[in-house]
Amino acid sequence: MTTFAEAAIEADPTLPIIRITRDFAATPEQLLRAHTDPELFARWVGPDATSTKIDYWDARTGGCWRYVASHDGQEYGFRGTFHEVRPDRIVQTFTFEGEPDGVALETLRFEPLGDGRTRLHAQSLVDSIEGRDAWLRSGMETGVNEGYAKLDRLLADGAA
Amino acid sequence: MFSSTKWLRSVVTDQLSRVFAALADPTRRDIVARLAVGDASVGQLAAPYAMSVQAVSKHLRVLEDSGLVSRGSDTGHRRPVHLEAEVLDLMTGWIERYRRRAEQRYRRLDAVLAAMDETDRTTPDPTTSDRTGTGRTGLTEEGAAP
Repeated sequence: MTTFAEAAIEADPTLPIIRITRDFAATPEQLLRAHTDPELFARWVGPDATSTKIDYWDARTGGCWRYVASHDGQEYGFRGTFHEVRPDRIVQTFTFEGEPDGVALETLRFEPLGDGRTRLHAQSLVDSIEGRDAWLRSGMETGVNEGYAKLDRLLADGAA
Repeated sequence: MFSSTKWLRSVVTDQLSRVFAALADPTRRDIVARLAVGDASVGQLAAPYAMSVQAVSKHLRVLEDSGLVSRGSDTGHRRPVHLEAEVLDLMTGWIERYRRRAEQRYRRLDAVLAAMDETDRTTPDPTTSDRTGTGRTGLTEEGAAP
């Protein structure tokens, strides 16, 4: 059986979608709570050098959220709505306020694997391939020189 | 985080879009994978496919326009096809870095979940939850009923 001890990413070449799969040593309930409880969420969402301040947060179907991430004295606002919050999935919109026209539709699914383990399926849909590629590039300035991966996940799908 | 210059972004975005479009086709992905091993002629590339050399040439033209491959300037018909690996790196580099950022984020989530696990295990007993009543666990417990 395939496991996703590390995050696996898939950037569909034909659709403006990014998919990430990752396994967690936690129950679906715990994973849901870590995504819906603002205090818990703020503890893991931002990079280490970033502090996340929740502005408002109503993790119910039809609710909305906003948080501000601070990094090097700069503040970045993010906001969206919880379209659907259920034990096994969260559907929400996501906008970076620096680019308010861009809206990602995010679907998170919590798949129970048994034994207190859960597989997270996270999908982000944006409105264009160009916009998706901008997402992939975002934050590249802050990325330390990690070196390039040579041949690639994307090809692995089609050619391996 | 979105502060890279507009110029660089538009150049790079155009190229990336073409690269993604070029790789949308399974035959072209296969060609790229085979060129990763080494240069090849059009005839060599066409050999395993049930399609004409012309059809393969058409795929190569799309790959060439995207910058993913180049054709050697040798005279004659055996101009070798060469994979421009750095163009591929441009794209896969971004995807890989994005993936690593996601992985870092999820490692922080691992830690939060592990801490929740502790709390979940200790909360059924009211006497222990008193002792562990720090600000952090207190907030965790409130979050149990959103």
